[in-house]
Amino acid sequence: MKFMMMMHAPRGSGEYQISNWKPEEFQAHIAFMMNYNKAIQASGEFVAAEGLTPPGAARLIRGDDKGQAITDGPFAESKEFLVGYWIIDVESEQRAWDLAAKASMAPGPGGVPLHLAIEVRQIMGAPPAGG
Amino acid sequence: MTDPAPNRLGHLLRELAPQVLAAVTRKHGDFADAEDAVQDALFAAATQWPDAGVPENPRGWLYHVAARRLTDQTRSDIARRDRESVVLRENPHCTAATAPIADDITPDGDDTLLLLFMCCHPSLTSSNAIALTLRAVGGLTTREIASAYLVPEATMAQRISRAKQIIKSSAVPFADPGESERAARLQSVLHVLYLVFNEGYASSENTDFVRRDLSNEAIRLTRALFATRSTSAEIGGLLALMLLTDARRAARMGSDGELIPLDAQDRTRWNQPQIIEGVALISALLSQGKVGPYQLQAAIAAIHDEARDFASTDWPQILAFYHLLERMSDNPMVALNRAIAASMVHGPDAGLTQLDALAADARIATHYRLDAARAHMYERVGDVTKAAALFRTAAERTASTAERNYLLTKASRVRLSVGRSSSEVE
Repeated sequence: MKFMMMMHAPRGSGEYQISNWKPEEFQAHIAFMMNYNKAIQASGEFVAAEGLTPPGAARLIRGDDKGQAITDGPFAESKEFLVGYWIIDVESEQRAWDLAAKASMAPGPGGVPLHLAIEVRQIMGAPPAGG
Repeated sequence: MTDPAPNRLGHLLRELAPQVLAAVTRKHGDFADAEDAVQDALFAAATQWPDAGVPENPRGWLYHVAARRLTDQTRSDIARRDRESVVLRENPHCTAATAPIADDITPDGDDTLLLLFMCCHPSLTSSNAIALTLRAVGGLTTREIASAYLVPEATMAQRISRAKQIIKSSAVPFADPGESERAARLQSVLHVLYLVFNEGYASSENTDFVRRDLSNEAIRLTRALFATRSTSAEIGGLLALMLLTDARRAARMGSDGELIPLDAQDRTRWNQPQIIEGVALISALLSQGKVGPYQLQAAIAAIHDEARDFASTDWPQILAFYHLLERMSDNPMVALNRAIAASMVHGPDAGLTQLDALAADARIATHYRLDAARAHMYERVGDVTKAAALFRTAAERTASTAERNYLLTKASRVRLSVGRSSSEVE
């Protein structure tokens, strides 16, 4: 079963609250994420992962009557924003939740877990065999 | 007949690929179809030669297999093609051994140039031109190119086929474009090769082995281009630039993929033989007098590579080269680098004045490199508050994870240095 795990980060005073951390706290956070990715690669569950540029440069696009782009944004202030996603291929929904919980515990200032919000959604696929 | 090791076989096939493609294209006229046929022949060789051995005339073998595929295709005689491929599979030497070797498959280095002119045609988007160049001239498979560019194989196959359709419909002849057009066409060839090099160079040292190979492939193709009869000194300039930049590759990232700036790199990890080759090449070219932008960039890279340590870098010479480069092209990124060089010669205040002037240029005003350069200079003059804010802005603007992590770390370090004495500032 494939799932997308979408990681949301709290928006601080600016785009990257993280730049107010100490360098070693930031390094520890990066190291945690790298090890996390290595672990799900080693277990054969990794499909893809990407980080996104911060929402300040994001635009909301709609086509007008002629199909030309009309834009909204930069977005109004929201409490959290999407910073990146993983696509994983796992045996069960429970496993996806467990992996998401692990990522949620990435360390922040003082090494304290951030308890990041991670939205887990199943990716639609082919109909089951024999159906 | 020899027993090929897999690696040597790969090298041989990629060496022969453009030679065979040029010969088949010349004979049959249609580049797009010839390219497909040569890919089939390369695939047949890669699957058959490891067991059967390399035929005595591998070029002739590939040529005849490709030519046969083409003939079969035009006749749409599927039954016949299947029968023959069975014969080929059982005895891969029969065609090459029995067929006369035509004159038109003697290798001609200039065929590489003509193929590059074709694959890097200005009517193609750069991503399509890159894909076609790596396959047709580089002899890479679609799968290899796809994994190097981190896109699905079907997507890469589509780029290649679109590129060939465009070439076909615009009826680009497989011939020298002539005096008037040659320089412009060579320019787009060099640009495509440079993009391939950069893609490999910019990738992370630890995780992306396939992508790193792109740099080597760009260097190999540029070398092949340099060996042709084309007299442009800019080909040599690009080759020297690649060698001198690539020489620093092992030192520019740490074990966790973090960026290490030039002033903090372990210079013993630089590739000395490659530096020696690059320096010799660019010195010889500069003395000939027809100086172009790639040669100037190579000359600047040579000065960095020859400096024993960062402090002994010959910045006045680098600044002089940037002034020359600026006169050749209206490029704000060159102006940015000139301002950085000026700050190393005349001090950070002079650099900041020049960067402030640049901030009025809309092409670069919101580019993260402008923020980063200003941040470094404010850090040097001791204004850590401004420096930290600018490092942070730069981090928000870059689209590279490694750059972002480096800039955020800088922002954090600089911010924490507030209140400490300047001697403690890292």
